[in-house]
Amino acid sequence: MLKNMKKSTRSNIITYAMVIVAYIVMQTLVSTGSVTNLIQGLLVPLCAYSILAVSLNLTVGILGELSLGHAGFMCVGAFVSAAFSKINATSIENDLLRFIIAIIIAAVCAGIVGILIGIPVLRLKGDYLAIVTLAFGEIIKNVMNVIYLGVDSKGIHFCITKASDLNMESDGKIIINGATGITGTPHSSNFTIGVILLLITLFIVLNLINSRSGRAIMAIRDNSIAAESIGIDLTKYKMLAFSISAMLAGVAGALYSHNLSTLAATSKNFGYNMSIMILVFVVLGGIGNIRGSIIAAIILTLLPELLRAVNDYRMLIYAILLIALMLFNSSPAGINFREKYGIGRLLHKNGPDLSETAGTQRAHHVEGAGKKGV
Amino acid sequence: MDFLTHLINGISLGSIYAIIALGYTMVYGIAKMLNFAHGDVIMIGSYVVFITVSTMGFPTILGIVIAMAICTVLGMTIEKVAYSPLRNATPLAVLITAIGVSYLLQNIALLVFGANPKSFKSVVPFEPLVLADGQLVITGVSIVAIITGVIIMVALTLFVNKTKAGCAMKAVSEDRGAAQLMGINVNGTISMTFAIGSALAAIAGVLLCSAYPTLTPYTGSMPGIKAFTAAVFGGIGSIPGAMIGGLLLGIIEILGKAYISSQLADAIVFAVLIIVLLVKPTGILGKPINEKV
Repeated sequence: MLKNMKKSTRSNIITYAMVIVAYIVMQTLVSTGSVTNLIQGLLVPLCAYSILAVSLNLTVGILGELSLGHAGFMCVGAFVSAAFSKINATSIENDLLRFIIAIIIAAVCAGIVGILIGIPVLRLKGDYLAIVTLAFGEIIKNVMNVIYLGVDSKGIHFCITKASDLNMESDGKIIINGATGITGTPHSSNFTIGVILLLITLFIVLNLINSRSGRAIMAIRDNSIAAESIGIDLTKYKMLAFSISAMLAGVAGALYSHNLSTLAATSKNFGYNMSIMILVFVVLGGIGNIRGSIIAAIILTLLPELLRAVNDYRMLIYAILLIALMLFNSSPAGINFREKYGIGRLLHKNGPDLSETAGTQRAHHVEGAGKKGV
Repeated sequence: MDFLTHLINGISLGSIYAIIALGYTMVYGIAKMLNFAHGDVIMIGSYVVFITVSTMGFPTILGIVIAMAICTVLGMTIEKVAYSPLRNATPLAVLITAIGVSYLLQNIALLVFGANPKSFKSVVPFEPLVLADGQLVITGVSIVAIITGVIIMVALTLFVNKTKAGCAMKAVSEDRGAAQLMGINVNGTISMTFAIGSALAAIAGVLLCSAYPTLTPYTGSMPGIKAFTAAVFGGIGSIPGAMIGGLLLGIIEILGKAYISSQLADAIVFAVLIIVLLVKPTGILGKPINEKV
């Protein structure tokens, strides 16, 4: 049956199946009690990281622009949804219903922030775009640290100076307490919801990629001038990819925040470091390869926890991985090596041997190219 | 008087940003890449001075010279190992590699020196200058930072415009292929640029840590990003631009901290970057670049 399908459909089905099988295996392991508490505690963050990696891959791999502020969108989603859940903890009795509404609100808010940021950011490209997204990510984190939000019988109070400036009635309670963040968020997320959200994310992203819009986005990535000349609206499609990516990051934020009792915007969870970590997932899994992002997120999250001894070296290993992968994939020496000894070559041993000529051509190209990309 | 004090502090911080920004702007101008690791070279330089001067008791000048030498070697090694193989690769690959190098340096420092902040003893021996009956106090670090900044800018401008090596740098930044055809050693020139930038980073690191005396493995990253902001602000690739951008950014940061909100100071600096890029993407002194098909 699989053989008669289109290549993309087959690949997508494999991706969905992979997630579902991983879920079933994990649930079986959990129910038989053969999984440590540590790993169980990692299951929800794992789903959140996978969603983040898939959504960032939409920006980096499909749109071809490096965003270093992805954690900022996650931060928006996390705070908005946690604040909503805490405000309505008593008014909406059903835990699941409240969480679903919180997720939708998180997605909408992160999406709106994505559009607002996208309007200026997407006019830039390359290094400038990367640094501006980084700047926006840091701004979001900083702003979250000075927000005070409280609710009492008169309604919602908001200020950015200190908690006592909220001027609340005696029955008021503080929802977001500046740098301390949100405490006591209802613990609504679990592994099943996480996997369902991951599947929805995959459904959105994979369908987008294989649609007319997705092809337009990839055309912009490959050559924006050529794409514009055949009538593709650059702003519209860039914005589409960027805002969907932001929206999904918001969903991941909601999932993440409802797994923690205390949520504060520190540089560790919503700062630059988090953005880089997601980027490592995307790069390791293969830029533009959605399935790879999930696999990389799973491996890189579980591996250091399984190998406690290397935990100190985790970030060091991430850094070396980033550099090594880039050198292996993009440097002339790396490309030649892959063409000579790579898996693709071994698989196509009986086919026409093109790698030798391709390798030499590439080498000539590199030597002669002084002005590539001008 | 308060305002004047803030202004002088701003100029002093701005001079440090300017020295860092010079490294960014030269590398960007020549290699056309954003050297994310520049901020972390600053951090390494500061640690070297901390160890040689505070722990081993070397004279200050010797410590700074050692730091400059180590940073120079480090900068050239980074360029050779990580960046030069990717010279014709896509910008995305180069940028990710640079982030990787930055992360690598931070984590090596974390393993070697530990996460505990070290208190950096100021290497500037001068007493603060007290003016107007104690209402206006200018610290020694401020004076040294401002003077060093001016000297470095003048020296670099002379170097780039008057020497053969400097002209080679200009030629490579203008058109790498044509420069190569004219017999300029492109790889050597790029390597030299990294060396100069990294040596400047060591000086900036010493000044930064003398002014803000806590040293951690993450000390360099935020000033590095802000200095890049300064370089963009002034017009990337332009040496006077980096100086102006650095000074303005330092002043904006200190005044923002004093009069708006100390928690939002970073956000204000980044907001400036965004506004500059939107209004005048080439910066104050930058030249517009047209994209050809």
